[in-house]
Amino acid sequence: MHKIVAKAQLSPNVTRLDVEAPRLAEIRRAGQFVIVRRGEGSERIPLTIADSNSASGTITLIIQAVGRSTRELVAMEPGEAIQDVAGPLGHPTELISSGHAVCVGGGVGTAVVHPIAQALRRAGARVTSVIGGRSREWVIMEPELRLLGEVVVCTDDGSYGRKGFVTEATRELLAAGGVDIVYAIGPVPMMRAIANLTRPFGVRTIVSLNPVMVDGTGMCGGCRVGVGNETKFACVDGPEFDGHLVDFDLLSDRLTTYRELEQAATACAPGACRVGLNKI
Amino acid sequence: MSKITVKERLKINRQTMPEQLATIRNANFAEVNLGLPEQVAIMEAQRCLQCKEPKCMSGCPVNVNISQFIDFVAQGNMPAAALSLLGDNALPAVTGRVCPQETQCECECVRGFKGLPVAIGYLERYVADWARGHEDQLSTSVAAPTGKKIAVIGSGPAGLTAAGELAKLGHAVTVYEALHQPGGVLVYGIPEFRLPKAIVAQEIERLQRLGVKIECNIIVGRTYTLPELKERFDAVFIANGAGLPTFMNIPGENLKGVYSANEYLTRVNLMAAYDPDAQTPVLRPARAAVVGGGNVAMDAARTAKRMGAQRVAIVYRRGKAEMPARAEEVHHAEQEGIEFELLSLPVEILGSENRWVTGLKCLRMQLGEPDASGRCRPEPIPGSEFVVECDMVISALGSRANPLLTHTCPDLKLDKRGNIMVDDKGMTSIPGVFAGGDIVRGAATVILAMGDGKNTAKAINDYLRIVQVSRI
Ligand SMILES: Cc1cc2nc3c(=O)[nH]c(=O)nc-3n(C[C@H](O)[C@H](O)[C@H](O)COP(=O)(O)OP(=O)(O)OC[C@H]3O[C@@H](n4cnc5c(N)ncnc54)[C@H](O)[C@@H]3O)c2cc1C
Ligand SMILES: Cc1cc2nc3c(=O)[nH]c(=O)nc-3n(C[C@H](O)[C@H](O)[C@H](O)COP(=O)(O)OP(=O)(O)OC[C@H]3O[C@@H](n4cnc5c(N)ncnc54)[C@H](O)[C@@H]3O)c2cc1C
Ligand code: SF4
Ligand code: SF4
Ligand code: FES
Repeated sequence: MHKIVAKAQLSPNVTRLDVEAPRLAEIRRAGQFVIVRRGEGSERIPLTIADSNSASGTITLIIQAVGRSTRELVAMEPGEAIQDVAGPLGHPTELISSGHAVCVGGGVGTAVVHPIAQALRRAGARVTSVIGGRSREWVIMEPELRLLGEVVVCTDDGSYGRKGFVTEATRELLAAGGVDIVYAIGPVPMMRAIANLTRPFGVRTIVSLNPVMVDGTGMCGGCRVGVGNETKFACVDGPEFDGHLVDFDLLSDRLTTYRELEQAATACAPGACRVGLNKI
Repeated sequence: MSKITVKERLKINRQTMPEQLATIRNANFAEVNLGLPEQVAIMEAQRCLQCKEPKCMSGCPVNVNISQFIDFVAQGNMPAAALSLLGDNALPAVTGRVCPQETQCECECVRGFKGLPVAIGYLERYVADWARGHEDQLSTSVAAPTGKKIAVIGSGPAGLTAAGELAKLGHAVTVYEALHQPGGVLVYGIPEFRLPKAIVAQEIERLQRLGVKIECNIIVGRTYTLPELKERFDAVFIANGAGLPTFMNIPGENLKGVYSANEYLTRVNLMAAYDPDAQTPVLRPARAAVVGGGNVAMDAARTAKRMGAQRVAIVYRRGKAEMPARAEEVHHAEQEGIEFELLSLPVEILGSENRWVTGLKCLRMQLGEPDASGRCRPEPIPGSEFVVECDMVISALGSRANPLLTHTCPDLKLDKRGNIMVDDKGMTSIPGVFAGGDIVRGAATVILAMGDGKNTAKAINDYLRIVQVSRI
């Protein structure tokens, strides 16, 4: 059992939970994730370890409520406990120890980019973060990232920071030169756009893939992704890959596998409804 | 009870296992075999000739004292039968259900030379189920604590058996399991209708009462490394199974609707997706094709049928005689309406515009010369392409060694296939670290894994004594 010790609302649909997991707090590294199962009967879902505090023995999960499992997690209150938290899974992020790294975060991806920026800074790299959201209230993690270097905030409506998408700000940084590596984490279209942007500049680009997972240990193969014409298991071979080699079409297509089933589950009250569950 | 003569014994016919009607069971997840009633079990036990040198025992990888426990059943003395059986086999309710008896104990039984062998598996299951209902009448003694600590990695049959044996010897055993529930393939792979999870849970509780500690959600190689465990424990037993799915490497394998058997069965069993209230989704298409000919393929096919598929085809590149699955599973699958596309080699998975599976393109095969394994090598017939129409393809080609743990420990010697190499005592290239089950043998059977667990527990016990002596 993993007690929730703190909870905060970061944006209208993003919640931060600090969860007791002393072993994970001690050993986790940037880029790694956990598989979480809220309680008996719940789904196993992957969540990035966004931060940790080895003194208090807690890890931070930053969760965007998109469907049933994430909604149930963010509905939990401090004092309640998550039944299963397993990890740390996946390879730690490939870091650089000098030079200039640009970390691009879109939506909840900003939370995933934060531990990477932290690790880069500790390793000795200069970090510029480019983060975005629909409008001011959707921008998350800005203070945390400011501690690590320059931050460029973009909002779609211009209500805060620059008006426009993270891609435009990233393009300018690339054009100015001196960027050694780019980390892009967010929705699939955003990662694809950033990878396409960096390709002509020949700047190495790391993306973090988010396929549907079950075990997270390489046992099921459900998380297969295409990288450089090869099939890889994102949970053990990734989740971070060279963005210039990733088959983003395959990723976005496979992410729709359970869409109809999930929408039905999300629409209904837990346990009450069976409509559509055997449609596909 | 009066003595029965050999002649009387020989007169009794093999009893049949009552089972759910095929047309009813192929739509539910309740157990197919219903178990023998007591009188029928006693009758079957009386068929055993009580051979002086029972051949049957040589066919059992853990040397269950078959004639002894069966003799107790014949006498109606179930507590004695249970104590005898449990002394040899830590998970008899499991093996009685899933052992390939026809190639192990039963195939050696002398009664099989003329007629049908004694139904050892059914009797084992009968006694084990009796024991589950009468735990209070069975006490197991545990030796005084030795002060030795042993880590077991993996809670499948190999790990559980070793843990039980070591606990009985007085050692403090901790089992580390990567998933949220212990049992290994017994809970994530083998379906409910063949091995109810409640039975596995009960067998595991028995081990816990012996003092075995089980910690779930610990992935060795990630949460802890092997060297760390070696520091903290006097010995380590690696039994992490063969959990790496095999795909066919043909075009179309990343279409939606293509599963590995591991994923499909894990979703349905471990995550209970057969329950309409379960949160983990699984596809429930009308037509499924399952590639492979082993137990895994039969389980996946029979599961798909129960999940509502109208047509399920098993696609296998050799003939029925070559299928490695248990005979009973093939028979049950046929009864339940599973179709068999034998001598068929999948070459491509076809998909729709939206990238959903629409069919499995195959080539017809013919059997050629026997290969190194003695089985006839199947060869494709040119121009014999045909399509099995389906909306789901399950690849059940068996599993290989999962490198997650072994990759993080370069000192561990592996063979070409990535399996851990051990000496005749089950010890790996690292002193004090032992291994057994599928991670050593490649995908094999429950009882072979248990045999490894049992033998290695003995070897670990000996090793700990030697280490202690050499330290003094
Ligand atoms: C390695 C890894 C790390 C992740 N880290 C985080 C994190 O730190 N914070 C966070 O909020 N989320 C993270 N995710 C995504 C998260 O796991 C999914 O959002 C979650 O599983 C959805 O479950 P659900 O039941 O709430 O939604 P569902 O009901 O399953 O899905 C709702 C909608 O989201 C889509 N969807 C389903 N799974 C995913 C997915 N994996 N990614 C994107 N869309 C999906 C579905 O198609 C559907 O339209 C991560 C995913 C991976 C693979
Ligand atoms: C669908 C299916 C049907 C089968 N049917 C039969 C049958 O009818 N009869 C028969 O005899 N055999 C059958 N088998 C084969 C049999 O189940 C296996 O041979 C047997 O389970 C192997 O036992 P094991 O203990 O070596 O490994 P497993 O049962 O695979 O258990 C290994 C355990 O270790 C855990 N683990 C893995 N890596 C780690 C790690 N790094 N850290 C911690 N834990 C870890 C796994 O999660 C798992 O729980 C079947 C197999 C399958 C898949
Ligand atoms: S454990 Fe398996 S092989 Fe041994 S006697 Fe029992 S059923 Fe037969
Ligand atoms: S070989 Fe057959 S008849 Fe003889 S003891 Fe074994 S089970 Fe009984
Ligand atoms: S999640 Fe099962 S193999 Fe990656």
